[in-house]
Amino acid sequence: MKPRQKRFVFIVVALVALAVVVGLVLNALESNVNLYFTPTQVFNNEAPHGRSFRIGGLVEEGSIKRANDGLTVNFVITDTHKSLPVVYKGILPDLFKEGKGVVAQGKMEADGVMHAEEVLAKHDENYMPPEAKDALDKAQKAQGMEKAK
Amino acid sequence: MAINWFKYSAPTTFYGLAGKLIPWFAFSAALLFVIGLYIGFAVAPVDAQQGEFYRIIFIHVPASILSMFLYLVMAGYAALGLIFNTRLSAMMATAIAPTGALFAFISLWTGALWGKPMWGAWWVWDARLTSELILLFLYLGFIALHASIDDPRRADRASALLAIVGSVNVPIIYFSVKWWNTLHQGSTIKYTGTSMHVAMQQAMFIVLLACWLYAIAVVLARVRSIILERERNTVWINELPEVRS
Amino acid sequence: MSLDIWMRENPLTYVWLGSYAVALLVFAVEVAMVIHKRKITLRQVRLMREAGDDARDEGAA
Repeated sequence: MKPRQKRFVFIVVALVALAVVVGLVLNALESNVNLYFTPTQVFNNEAPHGRSFRIGGLVEEGSIKRANDGLTVNFVITDTHKSLPVVYKGILPDLFKEGKGVVAQGKMEADGVMHAEEVLAKHDENYMPPEAKDALDKAQKAQGMEKAK
Repeated sequence: MAINWFKYSAPTTFYGLAGKLIPWFAFSAALLFVIGLYIGFAVAPVDAQQGEFYRIIFIHVPASILSMFLYLVMAGYAALGLIFNTRLSAMMATAIAPTGALFAFISLWTGALWGKPMWGAWWVWDARLTSELILLFLYLGFIALHASIDDPRRADRASALLAIVGSVNVPIIYFSVKWWNTLHQGSTIKYTGTSMHVAMQQAMFIVLLACWLYAIAVVLARVRSIILERERNTVWINELPEVRS
Repeated sequence: MSLDIWMRENPLTYVWLGSYAVALLVFAVEVAMVIHKRKITLRQVRLMREAGDDARDEGAA
């Protein structure tokens, strides 16, 4: 082999080896790379006990209840299999709505409720004008489709 | 045929060719920026969920795409330079790095400004944001490493290795929203099409094209200076009209 | 906190000043740096060439 072919083979082999190593490391670190746990994972005891962690999912339809002080909010995060109640005191992001994505950080207390210190809204990758959104919502209702995920 | 390729990869030919091309790229980039931003702000409707704030997408997505693609192009040139020992490849890699770093910065900056009103946070350590930040550091590392070694050929080789190793990060950025759960939403542009209204799409793609042309123009301008600097002892540089005058 | 309220009242100003003005400023700075780099490199190369010419002239004389 010419030296230039040798160098080429060396670079390709090194890159493949590196990619495999990085892949294995990221795979091993999976729970750390993930930003949040799903309610199902919490029920399977995969989430940490006694310390703060993030939980993500959808705000369950009809679950938002505001307390009289105007700041405390109770809602339920669901991944359509399992659901977890959350209580949060503070200002919520604009996109926080029933049926929409949400990520809450806090601790699970003995009462089985997550006491959140921070609530972030997660939006989807679809962009459309309000009229198109209305039409889409109507069509979906007519079909009786439920918006899973 | 092979000879032709090497002819255009020779700094002598490339210097003149780049000089002729730069004004065209620069002019069309400026024109497309104006058209893209006009469509983005005057024609494209507000978003049903995000109102006006979503309009950051017209610069955020093109800047992010450019930061990733430019890295791959830079690593590709760096690899070519290592394998074939061509002078121009290493110079191209060096010329791309600052532009790539700036696009990575714009991507992170506009992302933070978008995240605050919509998510409720400027920054979150999720996989997408963290890997894009690593991309910026890889660019800065490449620039710093190249600048810290005095002998240009050795600097080329050392920084080329860094560039090639770092290219593993690019697919991680792209697939991060699929592989892990993140606060960042999934990709708007997919193989199956785009989940976006037509005018919004047009604005984004026109600005993307403008960013590409802009990047090519500044990279070519920068590589011309690098060629001048590195080849200053050659006869052809001393014969150039801009040097003789 | 007041920034939170301000950005919701003036979303377009926020988007323009925060994202587009910053991006365009970055582009402008980069273009200026590239032009400046071209100028000083040309000047250096000319100086080197003149120095080389002088050396050669002296050598011939």
